[in-house]
Amino acid sequence: MSEKKAGMEEKIWRKAGLTDSEYELLTKHMGREPNTVELALYAQMWSEHCGYTHTRPLFEHFLTTGPRIVQGPGENAGIVDIDDDEVITFKLESHNHPSAIAPFQGAATGVGGIIRDILAMGAYPIASLNSLHFGHPGEKGHTRWLISEVIRGIGEYGNCVGVPTVGGEVRFSNAYKGNPLVNAMCVGFMKKSQIKKAIATGVGNSLMIVGNLTGRDGMGGASFASKDLEEENDEDRGAIQVGDPFMEKLLIEACLEVFEKDYVVGVQDMGAAGILSSSVETASKAGNGVEIDVALVPKREEAMRPEEVMISESQERMLLIVKKGMEDKVNKIFHKWDLHAVVIGHVTDDGLYRVLEDGVTVGEVPVWSLMDAPTYILDAVEPPHLKETRAFKNKQVAQPSDLNEVLVKLLGAPDICSKEWVYRQYDHRVQMNTIVKPGSDAAILRIKGRDKGIGITMDSNGRYCYLNPRRGAQSIVAESARNQVVSGAEPIAITDGLNFGNPEKPEVYYQLEQSIIGISEACRALDTPVIGGNASLYNQTPEFGAIYPTPIIGMTGLVKSLDHVMTMEFKGEGDFIILIGETKEELGASEYLDVIHDLVSGEVPELDLELERKAQDYILDIIRQGLVNSAHDLGDGGMAVALAESCIAGELGANISLDLDIRSDALLFGESQTRFMLSADESATDKIVELASQKGLEAAVIGRVTKSKQIIIHNLDAKLIDILVEDCKTSFTTSFDKLMKTDS
Amino acid sequence: MNWGVLLFPGSNCAEDCFHAVDKILGKPVKYLWHKDTDLGDVDAIIIPGGFSYGDHLRPGAIAHLSPAMTAVKEFAANGGLVIGICNGFQILTESRMLPGSLLQNRGLKFLCQDQNLKVDNADTPFTSEYAAGDVVVFPIAHNEGNYYAAPDTIAEMESNGQILFRYCNPEGEVSEKTNPNGSINSIAGIINRTGNVVGMMPHPERSADSVLGLSNGKGVFVSMLKHLEAKHG
Repeated sequence: MSEKKAGMEEKIWRKAGLTDSEYELLTKHMGREPNTVELALYAQMWSEHCGYTHTRPLFEHFLTTGPRIVQGPGENAGIVDIDDDEVITFKLESHNHPSAIAPFQGAATGVGGIIRDILAMGAYPIASLNSLHFGHPGEKGHTRWLISEVIRGIGEYGNCVGVPTVGGEVRFSNAYKGNPLVNAMCVGFMKKSQIKKAIATGVGNSLMIVGNLTGRDGMGGASFASKDLEEENDEDRGAIQVGDPFMEKLLIEACLEVFEKDYVVGVQDMGAAGILSSSVETASKAGNGVEIDVALVPKREEAMRPEEVMISESQERMLLIVKKGMEDKVNKIFHKWDLHAVVIGHVTDDGLYRVLEDGVTVGEVPVWSLMDAPTYILDAVEPPHLKETRAFKNKQVAQPSDLNEVLVKLLGAPDICSKEWVYRQYDHRVQMNTIVKPGSDAAILRIKGRDKGIGITMDSNGRYCYLNPRRGAQSIVAESARNQVVSGAEPIAITDGLNFGNPEKPEVYYQLEQSIIGISEACRALDTPVIGGNASLYNQTPEFGAIYPTPIIGMTGLVKSLDHVMTMEFKGEGDFIILIGETKEELGASEYLDVIHDLVSGEVPELDLELERKAQDYILDIIRQGLVNSAHDLGDGGMAVALAESCIAGELGANISLDLDIRSDALLFGESQTRFMLSADESATDKIVELASQKGLEAAVIGRVTKSKQIIIHNLDAKLIDILVEDCKTSFTTSFDKLMKTDS
Repeated sequence: MNWGVLLFPGSNCAEDCFHAVDKILGKPVKYLWHKDTDLGDVDAIIIPGGFSYGDHLRPGAIAHLSPAMTAVKEFAANGGLVIGICNGFQILTESRMLPGSLLQNRGLKFLCQDQNLKVDNADTPFTSEYAAGDVVVFPIAHNEGNYYAAPDTIAEMESNGQILFRYCNPEGEVSEKTNPNGSINSIAGIINRTGNVVGMMPHPERSADSVLGLSNGKGVFVSMLKHLEAKHG
């Protein structure tokens, strides 16, 4: 970039991360040159992480409203209605760069941060999930260390704070070797009347800081997240925060106790850019000004400069906007929990953001200008690899002779195999709401005292998006919704985590733009608005380049009665197995091509969003009617893997006969979209098939569940698969443990 | 018949235990606060799981010094029923109300799973709803659940019938293969000599609400209730 041109004199704003034109703009806003404190305020607020400078214009595509949407984007988290005057709030957030350098603390503070977003809405956090992406675990000791430490970090924080980690995903590709992805999601529950907002209303009201002391940890974390990850990033080590889940637990208890009273008008979590960002956002929303004296902030380090106090990302802190005169009452509740609540400033009517030190003004800028980060619409150029990958033809790969071996290998592939090694390190049962545990299509939680529940999922597919960002992104939303409906949940809404490389590169910007369009199209078709999200750009390193474009979809759904809760495992010998949807000769982008042929190529399977919607409505309908004994969507590894998963989980066998004139590997392992595998009593089977044909969906009775402990698949006259469930199970359940124990 | 759930900063299974007594047993229950020296009118005390004081220093090491624990000791000395679950068990060993201690899991990792347990002694106020040899499933979720005590202490506890639950497989076989955390003699739960203080790593409360797919943990609470009812007539 131009900043690095030789011979150019060092400009102070460039060091802070601002461009020449941004500096020019802010001096225009201020009517003068900024001092160091003011410059630091703009540098943080105008970073991609806080200001969404590259992504904001693209968010216009999203559908953000709907009958169940109580709060769309713009608050700490979105809120959806789940009937009975009850709501859930949820959001996801990335902690990629911190986790690359300090995986334990990076992941732990990612969990802590998203929990506070949920708490700031007034809700009790009831579930955590996470989507993790790493290099291949067998590749390198460093990668396995990253995996172990990230998982330990998530576990230690979540377990201690008492929020169950109920699901998510762990995926692998060497595209993430230099830059792992750690995205954490949290879901909270509350009554509609308990909703809080991040707003600083009422001139004269107090700004109170609660929770931890402020130190120099996490300095400039927002701008650190907004540039490429360099090899030599020791300099940025100070940008890593340190987590204290015990403090967080106390903060949750104390905040919720305070929220029960009528003392607080606004709440904001202190995340990226700490005191600064939280207070600017609340002031801007109310159209007010604020005044903060850094000398009043309780600190754990001495001689902190005003700008350091303002942008520190010390963890476990919240900002409360407290009604004038109620400060002592708030403090009393925090004191009960051995915490403090300290007045650091107040709301003003002049629209200015004023920083004081011991009563002396050290910085003063208009609030609106901090929120008015310039946005960039950049050049988008189709990445050159797409020309080649799109030209892939199935005939380029030979069919393996032993399809049993392929199935076993796929079941043991890192993306597909059981992640019990991971989730047994997470307390997934605390709070006693978990009905369907990790390792299923969706996690299902009951809502205490009601005959209803919620479904929660987190899904992504970087390979699909690398090969076709738009359709790949559509497929992820569709798959998330499929995971919801097969679990008996009606999809409600999504939160999206946009993980991409450096958007200033036209090929990356293309991926970003196309993915957002894809998400937006699928969300409209499936009626799941986007109620919030997170963008993490600049995920690339000089050595390994940019990550796969990786939008991550966090979705929630409503289970209207707990009788509807459905799982994937086969339940009864003799049950009929029914395949819904059309199986095409599609090998492109599949896990099969990647794992068996070491090929990331081809076109992403076709997806008809209208048909998808129809199929999902149908699946939910027959589950609600009680016609189905098991339901599973066909995803990574296709039909054979889905069948094996249902057999392994149910400890039963299956005997399948197909009559499709397509090549065997595509039939068994191809990833044609909009397909589901059901099992049902003989008496319900006719009705299931009949209802499908009424809806114009393909449905075929393809076999039966057997007690034989064998999986047998015939197509036409050939026997393609004949394998013991036990052999499938061994590969599925032991592969990940083995990978993590590989010596090197 | 009043139940109390003792609340420390960092307890995170208090609400679950409260739920088990309130909604599953349908009996009156209240929270007891760690700073209180008078626990009021209670007939049974549950010390719930979690990370009291963030497990700083050592699990249970700070909690056992709290004012409420002095009152709990007095309550137990007068014959009151006390059950410590997970971190509650760790607090009870730290306070020497139960012998032994809980070391880090043999695998050096936090472990959360639904665990088969064999009922060893069904002749106690906490296990009367079961029969000796029954296999029950309670979830475990801990990092320091590896029970240890000196060999002569273990021998004494074994001969006194102080072992209530052992880790086992679905068929009730106890072996090192089915021992999730390295506990000596696969010990999952114990009772004191006088038979009124229990500590266990597995969570009976998480196995008490059948909506969640597990229900045999309810027996622990029903056993306690029946004992209290018999005592109070």
